[in-house]
Amino acid sequence: MIRSISRSGLVWPLATLLAILVYNAFVNPTFFAVEMKNGQLYGSVIDICFRATPLILVALGMTLVIATSGVDLSVGAVAALSASSAALGFAQGLGWEGALALALGVGLVVGSLNALLIAGFGLQPIVASLIAMVAGRGVAQLLVDGQIATLSDPSYLWIGTGGAFGLPFSLWLALIMIVVLALLTRKTSAGLFVEAVGSNATASRYIGLSVSRVKWFVYALAGLMAALSGVVMSANIRAVDVNNLGLFLELDAILAVVIGGTRLTGGRFTLLGSALGALIIQTVATTINTQGVAVELMLMVKAAVVIAICLAQSDRLRIRVRKARLQPEMKAAS
Amino acid sequence: MVLEAQGLTKTFQGVVALSDVALRLRAGEIHSLMGENGAGKSTLIKLLSGLYSPDRGTIRLEGREVRPTSNNDAQKIGISTVFQEVNLIPTMTVAENVFLGREPKKWGRIDWKAMREGARRALARLEVDIDVDRQLEDYPIAIQQMVAIARALDFDAKVLILDEATSSLDRDEVERLFTVLRGLRKQGLAIVFISHFLDQIYEICDRVTVLRNGHFIGEWTTAELSRTELIAKMMGRELLAAEKAVAAETDEVKRVKPWLECKDFGRGAAIQPFELEVRPGETLGLAGLLGSGRTEIARLLFGLDSATSGSMTIDGEPVKFSNPADAIDRGFAMAPEDRKTQAIFPQLSVRENIILALQNQRGWARALSRDEQDRIADQFIKAMGIRAYDAEQPIETLSGGNQQKAILARWLALDPRLLILDEPTRGIDVGAKAEILKLIHEQANKGKSVVLITSELEELVRVSDRVAVLKDRRKIGELAGSQLTEQAIMSTIGEAP
Repeated sequence: MIRSISRSGLVWPLATLLAILVYNAFVNPTFFAVEMKNGQLYGSVIDICFRATPLILVALGMTLVIATSGVDLSVGAVAALSASSAALGFAQGLGWEGALALALGVGLVVGSLNALLIAGFGLQPIVASLIAMVAGRGVAQLLVDGQIATLSDPSYLWIGTGGAFGLPFSLWLALIMIVVLALLTRKTSAGLFVEAVGSNATASRYIGLSVSRVKWFVYALAGLMAALSGVVMSANIRAVDVNNLGLFLELDAILAVVIGGTRLTGGRFTLLGSALGALIIQTVATTINTQGVAVELMLMVKAAVVIAICLAQSDRLRIRVRKARLQPEMKAAS
Repeated sequence: MVLEAQGLTKTFQGVVALSDVALRLRAGEIHSLMGENGAGKSTLIKLLSGLYSPDRGTIRLEGREVRPTSNNDAQKIGISTVFQEVNLIPTMTVAENVFLGREPKKWGRIDWKAMREGARRALARLEVDIDVDRQLEDYPIAIQQMVAIARALDFDAKVLILDEATSSLDRDEVERLFTVLRGLRKQGLAIVFISHFLDQIYEICDRVTVLRNGHFIGEWTTAELSRTELIAKMMGRELLAAEKAVAAETDEVKRVKPWLECKDFGRGAAIQPFELEVRPGETLGLAGLLGSGRTEIARLLFGLDSATSGSMTIDGEPVKFSNPADAIDRGFAMAPEDRKTQAIFPQLSVRENIILALQNQRGWARALSRDEQDRIADQFIKAMGIRAYDAEQPIETLSGGNQQKAILARWLALDPRLLILDEPTRGIDVGAKAEILKLIHEQANKGKSVVLITSELEELVRVSDRVAVLKDRRKIGELAGSQLTEQAIMSTIGEAP
């Protein structure tokens, strides 16, 4: 078990997460305390996981995109667009099922458009998804007239606020999506094809693999996951604020994927690693919050922590440190 | 007998490179050492020239046992070697190179005058008249090679070894070298001449010693051993089978109907319309210089580019490929020219690299189970001798030859009807090269068709049943059977307008 973790490359994100948790337990003895209220578990740890769910969902989709050596900058905008589509759906008299289907459908459509620009017309992923990022939030603003739309459908709100089996429902949703995507990529050949395209797109073409189909798969899935994330966030705050919902979500998602151990250059990916990366980012944010860091300093502190995490995970730095430590010994020996 | 080596054995980390090998050189003969890449020729030469020392066995020079400990040492006792790569110093003068490491001294200082005269004398022996004060790099490779030979001869050599010394020389230069060698033979020198050009061997050599897989196969005079027999000895095929292979295979294949036919097939300026037929069990070579349109034909056949004219039929049925997937569905497979950028998935494991094409053919949903993947990968790793310590090793950590074998395994897993191989032996070590050529033979014997592109003419002629010759993006002819020689290919290219 330990060996398989260390071989899968999950050991560094896991160690990082543990280190931050240990720090928290040290400065806050009640950090790991969990109590049961009305059949629901409460506590800092559960709160962190709960808050991380929208990011986990987006990061899962982003992982596959990055594994094909692409990137999707539009996920934050898609989250806003799908949530405002749901709001529009409710305004048009749709039930929660209809609104949910509309929101997810919008995610699929934007993802497919990204794929069309990237695989069909050969645009750089960063450019294509930048277009979708700007246009997506623009359309979202149009849909709700730039206003904050409130949501009231109890079934819809339950997605972001409800609980089941002692845990928040959205947390279950994130866990289910991790399992579903893991099965989807590893029990079919989808995961292998994604890694093949990311590892060498030319060679993929030479073995007859449809590179555009693989790209459509990852961008559509990323759109769908972003939409799902938008639903969870809007249901949680019972409103759609198109100017702020999912803002900079794409950057946190990319960060989560990288911290999790998937390289931006494509190839091997780890869904579990990205989920861990998302948890690390949320834990850092919560830690900074509870340590009473001034709001103005928050982004700076976050940046510093992220740099530290990335450096700690850098193979090159580790090798350099090891060499530097060996050098004095070698000198002594000679 | 000038030199008599017996029982020479050399192993490298448990791998036997040379086992109980004998070599006998008579005064006044030119003796060829033949064997496929990896047969042990270079190990034997390095033993004779003192670069390696044998584990077992003896070398006798004029009856006395010698144990050269370095190249210099070997030269001093009379064994001089000219290696394939000119190992002189390009930025020093010709004279300095001739006397490198044994400069004539006068009162403790270099005697430049004697050095220049000596160098001129040494070169005059080869009828080379050049300015010995100019830097070596000012002269073409062929002249540099001559300087190397002059240097080798200037040590009172009793034995002169030329290892692929002609590979960079043109026709006239080879002729000049041969004239020199004949003169040296008359003077009683024993010369070992190694070349992969069969024509040259038969033109100049008196005897030939054949090695295979590090073993001594035998010694013959060139007069008593036909080319076919020689090839058979080198490749280890039964003589009868080999003769049949060379003589009859072509005729036999000719009687079989082609299954793949291209008519007026072409693509704009990339490759002018050509006719091509491919028969089962046949290896069709594409010969031509770089940029002659060889790769363009391969790309067209495999659906990487689409044709702008003509038609392709498979079993009489017209087909049009719009991408490689179409070609693969029809049983085509292709190992592209640039292994690194077009074939391997560097970060993926050997197992994944092998099963990817097969998995793609099965589609997204019908994933091969891990057990099946392991079984297929292990089967090919074993069958093709892919040297990897683990099927899970990233393929980028394998040597070029082993990567190439894995690429071939990837396609063989699909049991293709046609294998298109673009430079399959480029940049890979000699052992793997021989194995890949053997594999092409095996596939053809199984009734598969192979389209082979290689810049090594000798390789092409040896493996192909038929060769299409290309020049300036145009097919200019076809050679088969007894017409199929390196010379014929070269003259077809040379004489075409």
